[in-house]
Amino acid sequence: MNYCNLITIFAFINLLVSIPHGYSNYVETKAGQFFSSGHTNNWAVLVCTSRFWFNYRHVANTLSVYRSVKRLGIPDSHIVLMLADDMACNYRNPKPATVFSHKNMELNVYGDDVEVDYRGYEVTVENFLRVLTGRLPPSTPRSKRLLSDDRSNILIYLTGHGGNGFLKFQDSEEISNMELADAFEQMWQKRRYNELLFIIDTCQGASMYERFYSPNLMALASSQVGEDSLSHQPDLGIGVHLMDKYTFYLLEFLEEVHPASQANMNDLFKVCPQSQCVSTPGHRTDLFQRDPGSVLITDFFGSVRKVEITKDTINLTSPVEPPIKRSGSSDIQIESLTYVDQLPVAEIIHQQDCLEANVTRCRRKQQRTRKLNCQVVEKQTA
Amino acid sequence: MDNSPKTENSLTIYPFVVPNLLISYCCILVMPEKQRGRYAALAIAAVVIVVGIPLWWKTTETYRAWLPFSEISELDSLQLQLSVDIEVVFSRGTLTPEQQKKFPLSHVNEKEHQVDVSIPELLTSPSTEADLSLHMLSESSCGSVVVYVIPESSTLLPEDVKVYVGQRRTALLRSPPFKTSWNLKEVLSNLDVEVEQVVSTMSFGHQDIVAALSNRVRMTKVTKESMADSMRAIKSSPGYEITFSLLNPDPKSHSLHWDIEGAVQSYIQPLLNKLAPIANFSVDSQILYYAVLGVNPRFDNSVSAYTLSADSLSHVINPVEARLGSNAASSNPVLNFLLYVPDAHHSPLFIRDHSKRKVPSNAFHSPRWGGIMVYNVNEMYGPEAERPVDININMAKVMGVFLAQLRLMLGVQHTHPPTGFVLQSPGSAGLADWELDRLLWSRSVENIATASTTITSLAQLLDQIGNIVINDNIAQQVSSAVTSLQSAVAELEAGNLAFALQYSREAILASERAFFDPSLLHLLYFPDDQKFAIYIPLFLPMCVPIVLSLLKIVSEAKKRRADKQAKSD
Repeated sequence: MNYCNLITIFAFINLLVSIPHGYSNYVETKAGQFFSSGHTNNWAVLVCTSRFWFNYRHVANTLSVYRSVKRLGIPDSHIVLMLADDMACNYRNPKPATVFSHKNMELNVYGDDVEVDYRGYEVTVENFLRVLTGRLPPSTPRSKRLLSDDRSNILIYLTGHGGNGFLKFQDSEEISNMELADAFEQMWQKRRYNELLFIIDTCQGASMYERFYSPNLMALASSQVGEDSLSHQPDLGIGVHLMDKYTFYLLEFLEEVHPASQANMNDLFKVCPQSQCVSTPGHRTDLFQRDPGSVLITDFFGSVRKVEITKDTINLTSPVEPPIKRSGSSDIQIESLTYVDQLPVAEIIHQQDCLEANVTRCRRKQQRTRKLNCQVVEKQTA
Repeated sequence: MDNSPKTENSLTIYPFVVPNLLISYCCILVMPEKQRGRYAALAIAAVVIVVGIPLWWKTTETYRAWLPFSEISELDSLQLQLSVDIEVVFSRGTLTPEQQKKFPLSHVNEKEHQVDVSIPELLTSPSTEADLSLHMLSESSCGSVVVYVIPESSTLLPEDVKVYVGQRRTALLRSPPFKTSWNLKEVLSNLDVEVEQVVSTMSFGHQDIVAALSNRVRMTKVTKESMADSMRAIKSSPGYEITFSLLNPDPKSHSLHWDIEGAVQSYIQPLLNKLAPIANFSVDSQILYYAVLGVNPRFDNSVSAYTLSADSLSHVINPVEARLGSNAASSNPVLNFLLYVPDAHHSPLFIRDHSKRKVPSNAFHSPRWGGIMVYNVNEMYGPEAERPVDININMAKVMGVFLAQLRLMLGVQHTHPPTGFVLQSPGSAGLADWELDRLLWSRSVENIATASTTITSLAQLLDQIGNIVINDNIAQQVSSAVTSLQSAVAELEAGNLAFALQYSREAILASERAFFDPSLLHLLYFPDDQKFAIYIPLFLPMCVPIVLSLLKIVSEAKKRRADKQAKSD
C-alpha cells in the first residue's frame, strides 16, 4: 500500500515493540477480550412505523425490544426510540398509560421511564434517514442524534407494515430497500458503525435486506419474500392484537439473556421457527466478517463495557491553588434563597426507608401520607 | 421542494406557445394555402427545437456550484511524507579524536556543545535539572528531537538504562559499543538503529501511523496491543467534554466536600492548556446522591474488606451511566471521571485485578468512556463520630489517578516503551513536550486521512446523484477543505508540525461541515424516472402533432422527388 511504502523511506519506522515481562500476561488476556469484538459502545435505533389504534402491536413490539435493550444495559442516551403513534395515551386505550405485550395484561412494557425521542408525526422516512446518516439540522438536541463512532455496535429494529422491497411509514410514505442500503453505505463511508445488526419484523421482511452492500452488516427478518408475518395473540379486554409472533418469541428469548450471558447469534437465528411463527424467519450474514457463532447477543443488545485496571498514577505534589476569583463578584450581592419550611411529615407519620423496599409498597404509603397530609392541613386551617 | 418542476413548467410553456402562434399567424396571412400548413409545421418544429428545448433544460436544471473534482480525485491517492528534525549531539568523550576530526560537517548538522557531565544526582535518579540545562542548550521547535549521545562507560545513567527521555524534547542515549578503529561512517551506522528507536518512541513509529490511518487503511496485520491501544484512545474530534462526578451513595453517613474547581485549575487545566491546539475542552462537575454501583461487592475475610473482582467491573458502569447526563447543547464526545465513596456498610472497598491482587490506585477505566476511582473514607473517622461525618477529599491523590486516566483516554500515554528506556514522568505539568509531539503527529495524520476520505466520498455521492442541489456554502466548504488538506500535507513534508496540525484541523472541520450539511439528503430530490412521469402528460400532447406533421412533410417531399425523377425519365 502507498502509505507503508512511503513511510519506510524514512527508515525510522521498523520498530519492534518488546513488552516487559511483567506486563505480558496481563496484556494478553485484556487484549484478547478487546480483540474478540472490537467495539467499545452500543447504540440502538428502534423504529415503529405505523399509526392508528389497530396497529397497537407494532408499538408493543418496539417497546418490548426497548425494554430488553435497557434491561441489558444500554442507557437512554444511546437509544433513539421512534414511535409513530401514542398507544398508551390513545383515547381508545381502556387502560391508559400502559402498553401490554402479553395477554391478560401480564407485562406492561410502557414502564415508568420510557424516553421516546421521535414521536407521532416526527417519525418520517426523512427523519429516519437523517438520524442514520447524521445530516440533522444543527439545532437538533443530543438525544435525537445517533452519535456513534467507528467503535460502536448499532442495533436497528424496524417494525410495521411492509411489502416486497419497501416499508410503509405512517400510512403515507415508504422507504425502499435501496434507500436503506444507500443510507448504510453512507454510514460506512463515515465509519459511523463498527458492526450493525438489522432486525425487521414486517411482511416480506427479507426483501429489505436483499440490497445491502456495506461490510459488517448482519440482518434478520421475520418472514421471507412472499410470506406474511402474523400477529400473535389478541387481548379481549383491549380489543387488539398485542404483539407480532416473531417479536413475541424474540422477547421471550431475550428475557433469558442477562448481561453476563454467553448466548450467541446462532441461538438468535433459531428464534421462532416456522412451527411457531408460521412465516419463515430469514437472516443474512455474508457481509459480516466474524463468524456468527462467536458473536455474543450482548454485543448488540447489551452494553458490556471493556474495562482496564488503572496501573499507573501520577504523583502530584503541588498544592491545590484556590480557584481564580472572577473580578466583580464581590460587588454583586446575591441574596441567598431558602425554601419555605415544609410540613414536618416525618414527625407526624413514621416513614420507612423506601430504598430497598418494594416500590409499590412505597407508593401506597405515600398515597396514604398524602391523604393524611390533607387531613392535617384541614385540621390546621380549620 | 425548491426545484419542483411544476412551477417551472408553466413558465417554459410560454416560449413554446407564443412564438408558434405568432409564426403561424404570419403564415396564415402571407402564404398561399397549400404551403401554409407545411411552413407552419416547420416553423413550429424549429421554434420548439431551437428555442424551447434549451430554455426548458436551462430553467429546470438544479443549481450545482462548481466543485474541484480533479483535485479531489488527486486526494484519493494521497501520499504523505513526514519529516522529523533530529539533532544528534555527541558529548565529550564519546568519540575518539581521530573520529572527531573526520566529522563531515556538511553531512550531518552537528553542533559542538559541552555537556556538563559532573552532576552527581544523575547517578540515582535523573533529575529535572539536568534535563532543563540540556534544554537550554538548544531550544527545540515543535516536532523536533534532540538526542545527546553519552559515552558507553558514563555514569550519568544507571547500568541497565540505555535511554533516558526527559520532559522536553531531549533524550540521553548511551552510545553502543564500537571500536576506536572504526571510521566515522561505521560509527554513525551503528548508532542509526539506536537513534531510530529513540525517535520512534518520541515521535512516531510504524504502528502509530498505521493506527492513525486506520480510517482509510483497514489494519490487516495488527498486534493485539496496538489494537487495544487504538480502541482505547478517543477519536479525533473538534471538542471534548470532561465531566467529573462525585457519587455519594450514603449522604446520611458521609457529608463529602471536594474542592473540584481548585483541583481542576491546578492539575487538569495545565494539561488542557497544552492540548489547546488539538481540540477545545470543556470541563464540568456534578455530585450525585444515592447513586449505587450495579454490582454487590463481596466481603473478603482475609483482608476484612469488601472487594470487587475484575470480572464484575464491566457491569458497574451501566446503571450509573443512566444518571450521569450530559450537555444537551453540544455533540462532542464526553469523558466521564467518577469518584465513588462507598457507603458506611460496605467500607472499605477494594478492587482486585485478574490475579486477585490489590490494585494500588483502586481505580479502573473503560476505553473511550472514562474512569472510576473508589475512595475509601472509613479510616478518617471513628465509630463514635456524629453522623453525617464531614469529610474533605484529598484532591491531589484523586487527581493523580484521574490525570493518568485522562492521559490514557486522550492517547497521550506511551503504553509500551521499549526495554532499557526510562521515561520521565511529566508530574504536575501534565504532559511532556515530546508526548505532545507524538499526539500532534498522530492527530495530524488522522485528521488528514479522515478529511480526505470524507471529501472523496462526498464527491462520489454528489457525482452519482445528478440532481442534488449543491449550494454555494457547500462548495465553499469543500474548496477550503481541499486547500487546507494540500497545505497540511505540504507542512508535514516540511516538518512544521504546528502548522500542519492547524491546517489539518481546519480541513477536517470544513469537510465535516460539508458532508453533514442537512440539504444533502438525496431523498429530497426527484429521481429521473419520476421526472418523466411529470413531464410526459404536459409535453406529449403538444409534440405528437408536430412530429406527425413533420413526418408527413418528409414523406411528401420524398414522393415529389420520386415524381420528378419519374418525369425526367
